[in-house]
Amino acid sequence: MTTTTKTNWIDICQLQDIPRNTGVCADLQGTQVAIFHIQPRNLEGVSQIKAVSNFDPFARANVLSRGLITELDDKYRIASPLLKQQFCLDTGICEQDESVSISTFESRIHNGFVQLKEVS
Amino acid sequence: MAKQRIVVVGNGMVGHHFISQLHKSHSDEYEIITFCEESRLAYDRVMLTSYYTGNSADDLAMTTPEQYDEMGVKYYLNQEVISIDPQAKSVTSSGGDIISYDKLVLATGSYPFVPPVPGKDQEHIHVYRTLDDLDAIAESAKDSTVGVVIGGGLLGLEAANAIKQLGLKTHVVEFAPRLMAVQLDQGGGDLLRQKINTLGVEVHTEKNTKEIVAGETCKYRMNFADGSFLETDTIVFSAGIRPRDNLARAADLQLGERGGISINNQCQTSDADIYSIGECALWDNKIFGLVAPGYNMAKAAVSHITGGDKEFAGADMSTKLKLLGVEVASIGDAHANTPNSQTYSFIDTATGIYKKIVMDESGKILLGAVMVGDSSDYGQWLQMVLNKIELTHPPEYLLLPEAEGESGGSSAGIDALPDSAQICSCLDITKGELNEAVAAGATDISALKSCTGAGTGCGGCVPLVTQVMNAQLSKLGVSIDSSLCRHFKYSRTELYDIIRVKNIRSFNALLDDCGAGEGCEICKPAVGSMLASLWNEHVLEDELIGLQDTNDNFLGNMQKNGTYSIVPRIPGGEITPDHLILIGQVAKEYNLYTKITGGQRIDLFGAQIHQLPAIWKRFVDAGLETGHAYGKSLRTVKSCVGNTWCRYGVQDSTSMAILIEQRYRGIRSPHKVKMAVSGCARECAEAQSKDFGIIATDNGWNLYVCGNGGMRPRHADLFASDIDDATLLRYIDIIFMFYVRTADRLQRTSVWMESLEGGLDYLKEVVMEDKLGINDELLAQMEHLIDTYQCEWKTTIETPEKLKRFSHYINSSKADDNIIFGTVRDQISPSEKALELATEL
Ligand code: SRM
Ligand SMILES: Cc1cc2nc3c(=O)[nH]c(=O)nc-3n(C[C@H](O)[C@H](O)[C@H](O)COP(=O)(O)OP(=O)(O)OC[C@H]3O[C@@H](n4cnc5c(N)ncnc54)[C@H](O)[C@@H]3O)c2cc1C
Ligand code: SF4
Ligand code: FES
Repeated sequence: MTTTTKTNWIDICQLQDIPRNTGVCADLQGTQVAIFHIQPRNLEGVSQIKAVSNFDPFARANVLSRGLITELDDKYRIASPLLKQQFCLDTGICEQDESVSISTFESRIHNGFVQLKEVS
Repeated sequence: MAKQRIVVVGNGMVGHHFISQLHKSHSDEYEIITFCEESRLAYDRVMLTSYYTGNSADDLAMTTPEQYDEMGVKYYLNQEVISIDPQAKSVTSSGGDIISYDKLVLATGSYPFVPPVPGKDQEHIHVYRTLDDLDAIAESAKDSTVGVVIGGGLLGLEAANAIKQLGLKTHVVEFAPRLMAVQLDQGGGDLLRQKINTLGVEVHTEKNTKEIVAGETCKYRMNFADGSFLETDTIVFSAGIRPRDNLARAADLQLGERGGISINNQCQTSDADIYSIGECALWDNKIFGLVAPGYNMAKAAVSHITGGDKEFAGADMSTKLKLLGVEVASIGDAHANTPNSQTYSFIDTATGIYKKIVMDESGKILLGAVMVGDSSDYGQWLQMVLNKIELTHPPEYLLLPEAEGESGGSSAGIDALPDSAQICSCLDITKGELNEAVAAGATDISALKSCTGAGTGCGGCVPLVTQVMNAQLSKLGVSIDSSLCRHFKYSRTELYDIIRVKNIRSFNALLDDCGAGEGCEICKPAVGSMLASLWNEHVLEDELIGLQDTNDNFLGNMQKNGTYSIVPRIPGGEITPDHLILIGQVAKEYNLYTKITGGQRIDLFGAQIHQLPAIWKRFVDAGLETGHAYGKSLRTVKSCVGNTWCRYGVQDSTSMAILIEQRYRGIRSPHKVKMAVSGCARECAEAQSKDFGIIATDNGWNLYVCGNGGMRPRHADLFASDIDDATLLRYIDIIFMFYVRTADRLQRTSVWMESLEGGLDYLKEVVMEDKLGINDELLAQMEHLIDTYQCEWKTTIETPEKLKRFSHYINSSKADDNIIFGTVRDQISPSEKALELATEL
């Protein structure tokens, strides 16, 4: 017998609540998730959403949503506002110390809403 | 065939250098074993004192056990070699091991000499050589108030600096009539003594310590031969070093008359299979108490063992250092011992600079020099001595600061050096080797450092290495890459002009115009700052938010736990009782940690993101404004009370400070800008350590520019004297805007001015003579910025849209539950408990 757990997408906020190329912090069932609204120049009007843990493992504080988004060779990273380490927004791996990484979360834009996938 | 076994006795700086050189060139051919009497593998003894100022033993380590394991080097820690049997070719260690060798290398260094003064073997009496010594001194310092260093040589003064840093009242006792007798002449020694005295370290020369007995006011009393005495709790002997040649002596190797293991140019001792290198070795009857000659010996020994022909050919003992913050240097024949040599000297007692040069008979070749208080010419002069470069001007030109420019700018000096000129003495790298590396693609200083090693020792040669690199780059026709980052192929100054001339208003528009990609942590804040300096829009405009670091973004400085600090502007440090009370009330209500800052104002710490608007509303309503403590912009204008209250004051410094703070508040610049105004020459506002410092005179104001404190303090330079209010403001307007327009990102005014070709004089020409014809434009720009000033917090509070971001969660009104405070001295403090909890997450 197999059981399937259905995971749901949870509405977090409207896309327009996150100014372009900045981040916010969301409460996902008690976990702090940093969500970033990225809108590359060449895709004027087309937004992407990326979500990682809000907890900065170096500074040990919940601050990553307030960091600066950086781009290099089409890869996006978030630079911690405290000690400036950068984390890849796709893999969570720290640029300065590959042995450290932060969790990433599934996210999407749906009908103008930013959604995170419920953790089961 | 079995590998040859090399045993290295002593794992100090030189022993380790030998091992790493041998391993680098011939890693597979030798079995290397080293004995290390200390509990750690080699560490940087030259930087020993930095152990007290933040460097840990790990920071100082030159290698690690893991690295040695990986290299296949076998090491014995805490084990001394106690004898050598040259016939059996083996050594015996204190642990009882007997190890045979094919080649033996003695790198045992030296030990501090302690004169046989009665009473020397007591508690709290130390030497200064190893990390263990430093631990012991720090332990003694804990219950001491006075410390004495016996010996006023190079190491003694360094030790004095160290115990002063430990908070002891410090004395230096010297047997000779002057400090640093080996390196300095009487003039230099006297000036150094004066400078050190003003730092609060007392110097006693011509004192011969007779005995150390119990003291009355302190633990010990030192009685001197002349009948005087000194009381102290801690004593550090630094009376010279002696080569550790006891092993060699017992093995009947040839020693010098006064000790030291005799070696030839290949660094072999009298037994051809035993080498000796570093401070224990005696070459041509000389001991070399510096690390660079030791490294060269290590190279010569490696070369001989591996069949090469590199020889040790002596070493230059020129030195440059900073003792107790005073720059001191000596080059070549500093004492004018060369027959018929001529000396010239220059003394400026006002600024405390002493320089002496020794010329040959013809007056054309520099033989040696002494410098105290300013050693900026060291690199240049050393090269002139080593390479016997003929002067084109009379020798006095070298000494006169004004004439320096004419005697051939720095690059002309570099071009005059032959390829064989040694540029980095620590790692023995020549100009030719640097040029080759540059030609092979090492086109920036960090690449050049890592591929040649130059500049990775004491670091003193880095300016010269950079000059050589730049000269070579321009010779190769490579333009020096000044791109801001991967996204913009322009320098900050170029981008500033592009934005200004093309009237560009957003980051994306600039990327479209002349950039690539989407931006990074370097270009985003830099462009954000330039847009603000030019157009002065509110920093929380949607287009601008993503460019700023969090501080600008939430109008507060983020603290270690993610909370923010709040700093209202307190112009000139003047504040009404009502404002003081309000600040106190708000701090109490929100339970914020309160502290007076170093900038004459009040900082409230620990505010959470959702509390910021409400707190600021209280301040703004009462007429307080943002202090821009978070911005790369004007910070504070410190003031003294001036002639309103002070009996010495000659102008109203407080009013001037307030006027200036209000004039320049909020202006975004490449880095932060600080100012101060003092009411008379007593300088209570410390104006000469500021980007702009103003000191009242009987006739007006003296303007000082481009000073700063911080990591690399720089005294400001006098820009204009006795000027009136209007001229003062005009000058500051122009200099400030010229800085905004032409400085590099994150460059303080001090570094900026030093990087301007022509320096202060050029800046004067630009400002006073309008050399570039841009003053009207700069003044207009400044006027625009002054006119468009707004209190960023006031605007924010009045715009509900902007307040949305001031919440920890976008989808909940909860606060961050990871922020927990403890209590320290009756105020909140970021709790360690919170940090512990956080790690468990
Ligand atoms: C609060 C204060 C210390 C205090 O408790 O007194 C302070 C605190 C900070 N200083 Fe400072 N500095 C403070 C006075 C100074 C002074 C003294 C002065 O201004 O008279 C100096 C030396 C003078 C100078 O700058 O030339 C000073 C030299 C620095 C430096 C080194 C700058 C340099 O050029 O080397 C930094 C680092 C930087 O800016 O890159 C720094 C950076 C910082 C930062 C911003 C570090 C950071 O990024 O977190 C600190 C955060 C402030 C906050 O959270 O509010 N702070 N800092 C002082 C605030 C003064 C004010 O009212 O605004
Ligand atoms: C505070 C201080 C500041 C200095 N500043 C400078 C500077 O600015 N510039 C500069 O050029 N030089 C400076 N020096 C000098 C420099 O540190 C020495 O020239 C250099 O360390 C010499 O290296 P070495 O390997 O010959 O000796 P060391 O570094 O002394 O190493 C010798 C090692 O051998 C060990 N040893 C000795 N005998 C035995 C044995 N029988 N068995 C096993 N191990 C043994 C010792 O314990 C020691 O660890 C400074 C020295 C000090 C103490
Ligand atoms: S600088 Fe002069 S005027 Fe100002 S407080 Fe000091 S002594 Fe008084
Ligand atoms: S001279 Fe010391 S690092 Fe180059």
